[in-house]
Amino acid sequence: MIASLTVRLQREPFDAAAEAAKLRGRGDVGAVVTFTGICRGDEAGEPIAALMLEHYPGMAEAEIERHVAEAVVRWPLKGVTVIHRHGRIAPGEDIVLVVTASSHREAAFGAAEFLIDYLKTRAPFWKQVEKASGKVWIEAKKFDEVAAARWRAPGRKTAE
Amino acid sequence: MTVKVRYFAWVRERVGKPEEDIELPTDVKTVAELMTWLAGRGEEYAYAFGNPQVIRAAIDRAHVRPQSPLKGAGEIAFFPPMTGG
Repeated sequence: MIASLTVRLQREPFDAAAEAAKLRGRGDVGAVVTFTGICRGDEAGEPIAALMLEHYPGMAEAEIERHVAEAVVRWPLKGVTVIHRHGRIAPGEDIVLVVTASSHREAAFGAAEFLIDYLKTRAPFWKQVEKASGKVWIEAKKFDEVAAARWRAPGRKTAE
Repeated sequence: MTVKVRYFAWVRERVGKPEEDIELPTDVKTVAELMTWLAGRGEEYAYAFGNPQVIRAAIDRAHVRPQSPLKGAGEIAFFPPMTGG
C-alpha cells in the first residue's frame, strides 16, 4: 500500500535529503531513489547569471499528479515525492526533486526515471536563461522527447 | 462562445499579454483553426503564431492536439514545447 504521495510547486529551495528521509523508516521500504535536477552555470558554452522558470499554475500540478498516479499503477511503490521550483534560480541551486520508495530497487529506479522523463516533456514549465548577451528561452531537446517516448507502451493512446 | 486564452513563455512575450477573453467566431472550431485565426489579428499575433506547428496547446489544463475541437472549452492555452525538469 502507498504510504505517501507528495507533489509540490514552490519558489523556495527544498532540502532533498530531508525529503528523501521522509520516505524511509518503514519496514516495507527497501529502496529509495532520489533524483535532483540542478541549475548549471552555463548554457551552450556561455556562463549564465540565473535561470527563470515559468509555469502554468494549476495545469503543472495536475500534469505531475497525473504522472505520479500512472507511476503508482506501473510500479509497486511505497512513496513518491515530486517537488518542482519556479521563479528565479541561481547556478548551483536545485530545480527539481523526484524521490521514489519501494521494497526493491527496480521499481524505485524505474519510476524515478519515468517521472523525470515525463516532467521534462509534459509538465508545463519553460526555462529562460539570463546571459550577458541577454535572455534566451531554452529550446526543447530531441533527446528528452526520445527519453519520454520509450515509456509509452505499444498501442497506448496519449494526448500528443 | 467566449473563452479565456492564455499564453506562456515566448508565445506570451510575442503576443504581449499573458491572457485575454476572446469571443470565438462560429467558424473557428479546432485548436489549429484558432491559431490561424489568431495569427490574422495583427503583427504581434502573426509573429507568435506564424509557425503553428511548434506551438503546443491545452484546453482546460490538459494537453490537446491541433485537431482537437474547441467546443465546451473554458480556457485555452498556447505555449512552446515544455522545458521543465
